[in-house]
Amino acid sequence: MSANEPYDAIVVGSGAGGGIATWRLAQAGLRVALVEAGPWYDPADDSQRTQFRYPWESPRRGASTRLRPFGDFNACIGGWELDGEPFTTAEGTDFMWWRARMLGGRTNHWGRISLRFGPLDFRRRDIDGLGDNWPIGYEDVKPYYDKVDKLVGVFGTNEGLPNDPDGFFLPPPKPRLHELYYIRGARRAGVPVYPARKSILTKRINNDRGVCVYCRQCDRACSLHADFSSSTVLIYPAVASGRVDVYTNTMVRKVDTGPDGSATGVSCIDRGSRQELRISGRSVVLAASACSSARILLNSISATHSAGLGNSSGHVGRYLHDSTGASRAAFLPELMDRDIYNEDGVGGMHVYTPWWLEDANLDFARGYHLEIGGGMGMPSYGFGFAANQYKEFLGERVGGYGNGLRDDVRRFYGSRLSIACRGESVPQYGNYCELDPDVVDEWGIPVLRFDYRWTEQEINQARHMQDTMEELLEASGGILLGGKPGPERQYGLTQPGEIIHEVGTTRMGDDPATSVTNRFGQLHDAGNVFVADAGTFVSQADKNPTWTIMALAWRSSDYIIDQMRQRNL
Amino acid sequence: MDTKRRETLKSLLLAPLAAGAAASAGCAAGRQVNWTELPREYSYGRTEAERQRDRELFAESWFSEHELVTIAVLCDIILPSDHPNGGALDAGLPDFVEFIVKDRETLKLPVRGGIAWLDSYAIAEFGADFVNIDEAQRLAICDCIAWPDVEDPVLQPGIRFFSLMRDLTLTGYYTTGQGFRDLGYQGNVANVWDGVPAEVLARHGLQYEPEWLAKCVDQSRRDIIASWDDDMNLTS
Repeated sequence: MSANEPYDAIVVGSGAGGGIATWRLAQAGLRVALVEAGPWYDPADDSQRTQFRYPWESPRRGASTRLRPFGDFNACIGGWELDGEPFTTAEGTDFMWWRARMLGGRTNHWGRISLRFGPLDFRRRDIDGLGDNWPIGYEDVKPYYDKVDKLVGVFGTNEGLPNDPDGFFLPPPKPRLHELYYIRGARRAGVPVYPARKSILTKRINNDRGVCVYCRQCDRACSLHADFSSSTVLIYPAVASGRVDVYTNTMVRKVDTGPDGSATGVSCIDRGSRQELRISGRSVVLAASACSSARILLNSISATHSAGLGNSSGHVGRYLHDSTGASRAAFLPELMDRDIYNEDGVGGMHVYTPWWLEDANLDFARGYHLEIGGGMGMPSYGFGFAANQYKEFLGERVGGYGNGLRDDVRRFYGSRLSIACRGESVPQYGNYCELDPDVVDEWGIPVLRFDYRWTEQEINQARHMQDTMEELLEASGGILLGGKPGPERQYGLTQPGEIIHEVGTTRMGDDPATSVTNRFGQLHDAGNVFVADAGTFVSQADKNPTWTIMALAWRSSDYIIDQMRQRNL
Repeated sequence: MDTKRRETLKSLLLAPLAAGAAASAGCAAGRQVNWTELPREYSYGRTEAERQRDRELFAESWFSEHELVTIAVLCDIILPSDHPNGGALDAGLPDFVEFIVKDRETLKLPVRGGIAWLDSYAIAEFGADFVNIDEAQRLAICDCIAWPDVEDPVLQPGIRFFSLMRDLTLTGYYTTGQGFRDLGYQGNVANVWDGVPAEVLARHGLQYEPEWLAKCVDQSRRDIIASWDDDMNLTS
């Protein structure tokens, strides 16, 4: 085909949603352009590899930088602040916005926690009268969760829980020592605990990808491709099909539309040469992340779409919501002077506690789950800070100097147990992002302005999180560290956006007056434009969004394929 | 992945800087402080922007020689080299501290100001700046500022500074090969992890719950490609 012939589909963004869309559409024989704002990336390429590096391979020993806020060895290229690409906030808003700029996007550094939404998560309004129900239910998404499990690989266990569905799981790793203390504590407190569910290959899933070698470094992206990153699992195979052209370092400005209002392609800028570029396509799939896709739509103003593409309802950017979060740590005296052995395990936790109080009468709606941390991690910048502070709990003097510090460091190594809570917030029409008319980024694209405040629901939930964490840490034998944040600090509630689960900006629904897309992520206002990221979420559940992004992106892709076969697209 | 650290030593002369103290401080001048020089070239999956940033940091000159010597002497006190696993100077701490302070803007003032406080205190107490008083005098000062529970308001800036230097020294040491040996860290290697060793479990009086264990990975079958029946049961 000629270079000017339109692609069957243009996919914008190469993270979880864009990866599935690209892979599935290419598999079905469509010719796809994948547009990614960052560079090509493969953790198996030694020039990009950070896995299995020792701290002294970095002059800053893995300390965070503005360019790698989660540490020098973290895989994700991007951050809270991007040079030349600011965003603004309304007064009283402390929104944090993480943006990845690389092939595979944020799937290169996420925790690989892979939780299906449950049946209740699609119809929360029925239960608590807040927010809205999804137009679809678990039964609509389940077949796609099943497909994602088998394609991508996820370890976990079938527990028959009502709102944490079973799956096609690989077997989980055994708990680490500090996790056994947590299990014992949770049992004492009457709180359930189960093996974690993570997209890490504890068992071979095909001959193309490796099997986990237990280095605990999923956040550095796996050079054996034994964890899930969109790039390693979806995009390389898609590119190998020969039907995908990847446009890296290419920033999409807007979706172009024709006289009839349907999309004809996308306008972009090549970040290296600053040359404008236009890519033609029969359909456009936006998967740039909830807020970036909303931004592209709002910036796609035309005679037909005067308020921005897909925005006749005024709902693009509305109902922006992130997970809630709070965390606490304890010192476990029983883990002092412990035997030192290799306990790296997989990246992050081996055990977790899903929400267990669905039927309790609480002063907040929606639930949260608990993620467990601790163990004998690899030292990096920050290791050894306040090295002997736990002596305070032993009645010994903190501080000093000399070789005795070595004994202190060894004595307290791996004696910390921590819990992080991740909860569901209630989506609000009044929490939103919009184009800031006064500010453009270096590509001339108007930037986003955020207006977002937590409600009493989230603040009360955070208070409950703090009580829970104290109870569980103490039941595990821990001595609580730090103070318990009170109302003056919203009980330690994280800032909106901080958990990097922002969703809801292009929510799906049956009514075009109150939603942006239909049940398949198809814009009500333009039938050949789809959203395949978390923008379509009506509500976020207390589950990490990636598995649902992928299931829905697969469902949307099947719909696109079907509509093209029927000549409707 | 050996460190391949260059074993060259950096040397700086202990030289009196505080003008008023020079005459009485000659005793220490001429003694050398030596430390392992750390590499200035790194390659660990950097983007061009990161490489540029690190080039600029290495090119930047922030500390005076006197400040660097003071850092070296302090690091040596905090973690001495008279140990089989080496100490701060063997691990190149002055180079690390110099780099990390330049890298993390918020450290610049506390370290510079801390050194100035230390010198003023040493001059007031013993008539010369910190590196130019004798070893016993230096340790006497450290004994005053190494313990955060000391409430003397005059010493608080020194206590803050010493705590910061202890943090930087320990983090700089334990992120080297010497530090890994000292700690006994066993990880960062490809392996097939199969649970907490039995003897460790026994020492802690813990055991795996049989029902839980039954769900966990059978590492002897990890290379067999996964398959499931229609009821979501793993069959391979």
